[in-house]
Amino acid sequence: MTCKLGPVDRVPLGEGKAFDISGRRVAVFRGRSGELFATQAECPHKGGPLADGIVGGGTVICPLHAYKYDLKSGRPLGNDCPVLKTWRVELDAYGEMSLLMEPA
Amino acid sequence: MKQRLVVIGNGMAGARFVEDLLARGGGERWQIIMFGDEPYGNYNRILLSGVLAQSHEPSDIFINPLAWYEENDIKLHAGVRAARIDRGARVVHGMEGVTEPYDKLVLTTGSRALVPPMEGMKGKDGAPKEGLFVFRTLEDCNGIAAYASRCKKAVVIGGGLLGLEAARGLLGHGLEVNVVHLMGHLMEMQLDARGGALLQTRLEQMGLRVHLRKNTKEILGEERASGVRFEDGAKLGCDLVVVSAGIRPNVELAREAGLLVERGIVVGDDLATTDPHVHALGECAQHRGRTYGLVGPCWEQAQVLAERLSGRKPRATYAGSRISTKLKVMGVDLTVMGAREAVTDEDQEIEYVDKKRGVYKKLVVREGKLAGAILLGEAESATRFLHAFDRGARLPDDPAQFLFPAAEAAGPQGVLEMPDEAQVCNCNGVSKGAILASARGGKRSLKALCEATRAGTGCGSCKKDVKALLESCVGDAPAEDPSVHWYVPGVPLPKPELIREIRLRGLRSVSSVFAVLANGREDAPSKIGLASLLKTIWGKDYDDERDARFINDRVHANIQKDGTFSVVPRIYGGVTTPAELKRIAEVAERHGAKMVKITGGQRIDLLGFSKEKLPEVWRDLGMPSGHAYTKAFRTCKTCVGTDFCRYGVGDSTALGIAIEKRFQGVESPHKMKLAAAGCPRNCSEATTKDLGAVAIEGGKWEVYIGGAAGSRVRKGDVLCVVDSHDDVLKYMGRFMQYYREHAKYLERTYDFAERLGIEKLRSVLIADSEGIAPRLDADIQAAVDAYVDPWSREAAEPVHPAQFAGELKGEEPRLVPLRLVPGVRR
Repeated sequence: MTCKLGPVDRVPLGEGKAFDISGRRVAVFRGRSGELFATQAECPHKGGPLADGIVGGGTVICPLHAYKYDLKSGRPLGNDCPVLKTWRVELDAYGEMSLLMEPA
Repeated sequence: MKQRLVVIGNGMAGARFVEDLLARGGGERWQIIMFGDEPYGNYNRILLSGVLAQSHEPSDIFINPLAWYEENDIKLHAGVRAARIDRGARVVHGMEGVTEPYDKLVLTTGSRALVPPMEGMKGKDGAPKEGLFVFRTLEDCNGIAAYASRCKKAVVIGGGLLGLEAARGLLGHGLEVNVVHLMGHLMEMQLDARGGALLQTRLEQMGLRVHLRKNTKEILGEERASGVRFEDGAKLGCDLVVVSAGIRPNVELAREAGLLVERGIVVGDDLATTDPHVHALGECAQHRGRTYGLVGPCWEQAQVLAERLSGRKPRATYAGSRISTKLKVMGVDLTVMGAREAVTDEDQEIEYVDKKRGVYKKLVVREGKLAGAILLGEAESATRFLHAFDRGARLPDDPAQFLFPAAEAAGPQGVLEMPDEAQVCNCNGVSKGAILASARGGKRSLKALCEATRAGTGCGSCKKDVKALLESCVGDAPAEDPSVHWYVPGVPLPKPELIREIRLRGLRSVSSVFAVLANGREDAPSKIGLASLLKTIWGKDYDDERDARFINDRVHANIQKDGTFSVVPRIYGGVTTPAELKRIAEVAERHGAKMVKITGGQRIDLLGFSKEKLPEVWRDLGMPSGHAYTKAFRTCKTCVGTDFCRYGVGDSTALGIAIEKRFQGVESPHKMKLAAAGCPRNCSEATTKDLGAVAIEGGKWEVYIGGAAGSRVRKGDVLCVVDSHDDVLKYMGRFMQYYREHAKYLERTYDFAERLGIEKLRSVLIADSEGIAPRLDADIQAAVDAYVDPWSREAAEPVHPAQFAGELKGEEPRLVPLRLVPGVRR
């Protein structure tokens, strides 16, 4: 299953944005070199909004307590929170993003 | 292709050197091969007595297990002795036919126990007598422990540090322990006669028997040791003998290879031997005629050689070590440094002796400075003593003030005395035991330890305690992570060099800094700090990439635990009007603020707004941002001042408003909270603010900097006393600009002021000793001029359509997969 997320510039370069996909909250990230990632929207630590975090080098830092995760694998970095759920995001020739709903 | 670096010796010096080399990126340049005599990873030899005393398991003292070598791509020949060095062919031949070519060779062969010549060391069959041991390796330790279980009475030959450590271990096995020493008092290398006598009394109270001025001539017994005979003919029966009479550098390998060897392997300031391809360091090396037997100098040497061979500082040199050491002798704290006794008539000795408690403090003062000290039976002042010694600080005219500072006696219990379950980091709830376990488990730099445990990563005020715990585990020189000197972790440059490079190469955005100065590697934790620095350097010419801002600075509000935001409008000097209050109240009601709160900074906080609501709330308020969310000038608290207060001597409200109008929005390495007080009663608490002004009689103002009343409490230092509001603004601005340029990221003014010292700040900012004051004044003026209220700017025109967006909608999921165009998948 896939879900269209709209044009890629809905997510500012180097940042993340939260999406509501039929009631499921997903954070979509757009790295500075163009790569796209999607993870669960809430930090497993205290529910912080990961889409508001700092993104860089394929990682995100939660804005609440600076817990860090690898965006591709969802793995926690330097903390022992559970692994984030992740999905793949693809970009078509028209710059439209779509989320692959099978777990990446 | 990598060059080959062979290290012979996997003890504390060798392993430390390799760690230091890796920490400096040396793994990129060198393929590292190590030879170690012992069949395991490396361990902390200082803690061997703990293993013997059964207070430590052997597994507790390992620094790097075998897996560490694998992880770091180090080839370790564990249990393989290096047999010969062929310097012509640059090859090391090991036992069992191992050969390893090298481009550089490092000898860290350490030392072994020195056994003085004695009769009767061997039995009739020529084998060493049973029950006779040296005390140097984990294997010796295990041997002694196993044998001790069958014994009642032990003799330890040697009353130096190592001998006493062995004795402590044996006491732990319930033996009667006799220490036999050649000299007139114990530990004569470290202690004077009085200190030695006091230590002896303490140790005797613990059950140790001490025999001084005894020269052991013979080990008695047929096949197993049954006693010792001294030169004076006296005998002492026992069933276990441990020889611990000193150490001798292992130099045979170097000597056979034709390198210059005296007492140790002779090295120059570059730590190279007489062959430039071969280095030596640690106990086996002799530098400027001295050999060292303590870890401190070994570690200094390891660091210098790592700097050289990693290429970070190819010309680093080692100039010898000032010997100071902090140890525990059988549980008794001992710190010694420099001279033990007065050397010239001008030298002054100051002593304090408390025989009952076994405390001895001695200072050797030369030309007003600390030339040496002994501190026995007391650990609290050790850091202060070492500090004064290392820095050559001038002592007070009355040295008693240095020996007995009033504050120390009243100080709280030190972290070292706390029980393991005590909480050290009160932000993240980390116990002392957890920190110690992590340090013993291999986190040997402060940074690594804090990251692993999260201790010290909240407000940071417990970092000094974490450091003390680390030092207690690894001796007093923890590994230094070079990144602690960098401005941000992802760009390997200290702040002054980083600023120079940024200016030189004209780097105006965070992404360009990563591209040019960090090999293109983007590092998330470094982005915010770089953004702050670039804005300070370039002002309005800064290329503001919004993704480098923390969320608060993207939406100009303060994120809360539930993901909502708080809004704090600016109320200059804390002075408002009924009309303004009404408007705030209406906005709070209309937009459903979940809480309305008076802040500590004399303004009003409206809490609980979603991101989408922010622009509307700002528009309706019609007030500028209070910047309660950013690392910048925050607010200036005031008292009522001269208009109404019957005590006021200076117009603090007018000054506070002027300060706030001038410096609003000026960004800095950390937040700056200010206050102005109209008289020395200091109702607005200006002396404990980052910057403060206090009116004093005579129309003058004291300008304070570096005060704190948060996780730390510190009274600020008086930078200057001036006689007008304009001058308060001038010197505050000058300090702010200097702080913006020189502080580390997230270093508060109070840490900055302490690091530089008020004298230095006065000299630069008031006396203008560096001639930069006019430039500082111009640069802070430029920052003031560049200010635009972000609320009025971005409420009207968001920088991105999604800047204040809440959740974006995705389409309903569809079962038909999209047709993907090849080549554009990312």
